[in-house]
Amino acid sequence: MIDANSGKSAAPPAEGPADSSRRWVNLILGTGVVATIASFIYPAIRYVIPPPVAEATNLSVVAAKVGELKNNSAKVFRFGSEPAILIRDSEGKYLAFTAVCTHLGCTVQYRPDLHEIWCPCHNGTYDLQGRNVSGPPPRPLAQFQVHIQGEDIVVVRNA
Amino acid sequence: MDGFKRRILDWLNERLGGEGIEEFLRHKRVPLHEHTFWYYFGGMALFLFVIQVLTGILLLMYYRPTASGAFESVQFIMTQVKFGWLIRSIHSWSANLMILVVFIHMFSVFFMKAYRRPRELTWVSGMLIFFIVLGFGFSGYLLPWNTLAFFATKVGTDMAGFVPFIGKWIMIFLRGGDQVTGATLTRFFGFHVAVLPGLATLLLAFHLLLVQRLGMSVPPGVEKRIKEGLEPERSIPFFPNFLLRDIMGWYAALGVLGALAAIFPWELGTKANPFGSAPAGIHPEWYFLFMYQTLKYLPSKVFFIDGELLGLMLFGAAGALWVIIPFLDYKAGGFGRRTRFFTGLGIFALGYIIVMSLLAIV
Repeated sequence: MIDANSGKSAAPPAEGPADSSRRWVNLILGTGVVATIASFIYPAIRYVIPPPVAEATNLSVVAAKVGELKNNSAKVFRFGSEPAILIRDSEGKYLAFTAVCTHLGCTVQYRPDLHEIWCPCHNGTYDLQGRNVSGPPPRPLAQFQVHIQGEDIVVVRNA
Repeated sequence: MDGFKRRILDWLNERLGGEGIEEFLRHKRVPLHEHTFWYYFGGMALFLFVIQVLTGILLLMYYRPTASGAFESVQFIMTQVKFGWLIRSIHSWSANLMILVVFIHMFSVFFMKAYRRPRELTWVSGMLIFFIVLGFGFSGYLLPWNTLAFFATKVGTDMAGFVPFIGKWIMIFLRGGDQVTGATLTRFFGFHVAVLPGLATLLLAFHLLLVQRLGMSVPPGVEKRIKEGLEPERSIPFFPNFLLRDIMGWYAALGVLGALAAIFPWELGTKANPFGSAPAGIHPEWYFLFMYQTLKYLPSKVFFIDGELLGLMLFGAAGALWVIIPFLDYKAGGFGRRTRFFTGLGIFALGYIIVMSLLAIV
């Protein structure tokens, strides 16, 4: 191998074939090292992102039994992977909404004293149409349909 | 006896090279002036961290990190295990005191301008440790799997989701899924007992190494008076004088911890129900109250930006600014307008945190 450093001249050695091949070797080695690191990091990143769980496919759920709720009261029930709220208003009408506050995801509750849906985490309120009326919530609560089938109160999500 | 000690020391010195430790102990001195008191808070934070490690290891003997078993295992520790209540209460109290002490340490360093050249990296590493301490608090809070913790985690991780572009990924990474579930608990457990302790140990080692290399900083005001001959330059040896005073403080802290744990054992609350409403009066731990209260005041939309996104951006920017403050306040050794501005900024930050936290309590 020709050694560029053994040249007697004190002047900076002109770029010879050795420098050029050294650059190539460095480039290839460097690329290899980067690729190796990437091949370690990529699986690690993918590993910590959990595999998606199949979205809850049930579009309807039995939320309560007829007669379970008094007028002006409510209950939180499980709808797929999230909580939802079934409200019976003062006139006895049933209403159902998602119970996940649109602000930061707390679970809301019904306030019989105010006839409103209230999130205690940051004091947000929604009216009985699900509209965000005060506090920080940015969007209304999604509403579900309520059907009474025999003894069951069934809440249905729009597909 | 002394001869025996000398022989052991010589034996060690021969193997460890030079008289490193002895030299170090003999020469390290701590400046003595009207603000020396604040130097104790760093050591106090370190002491409480050690308490956390020791009691944490003890809690690990019984704790189970699953949605079905976590609450019951902590209940078991509190009611069945001999002195379990003591160990857990000390862990919780010490955690809170550690955060308080770290806050005091941070602000005292800030106002004494100890971050000025050449101690910029000491400040930056200290700030990283501070964030890790908050991470310890946030992740540890969930582990008993009670109602308050469940919703605090829901809100906290939901906020991470507002980070532009990668927020959703961060949220899923933290939660181990779309929702806060047992998967979140398992992850938080891993962060709390493995990831964060590892990072904290590395950063602490670096932080302490810098403190040893550079010595304690003397506040600019004191430095100036010494230079003008108005005050003599005084110091005491670190070993044993300062260390003994440190130990007196630690001993008192142990007493306070024991008393707090005995008089106010840490509550467990009710088991988390992912499909129940958030309880009225819910709020985060005291050290997050100022952010919580800010979020309450922010309307849903400020111009076209979501309120919570704005809040997150403001706190993110403020936090980043706080980390790099030694590089912005680069004339901190003097008394010019620039450095006074940063002092004012610090007073504002401290005032904001105190006022907002108080507003959240009342």
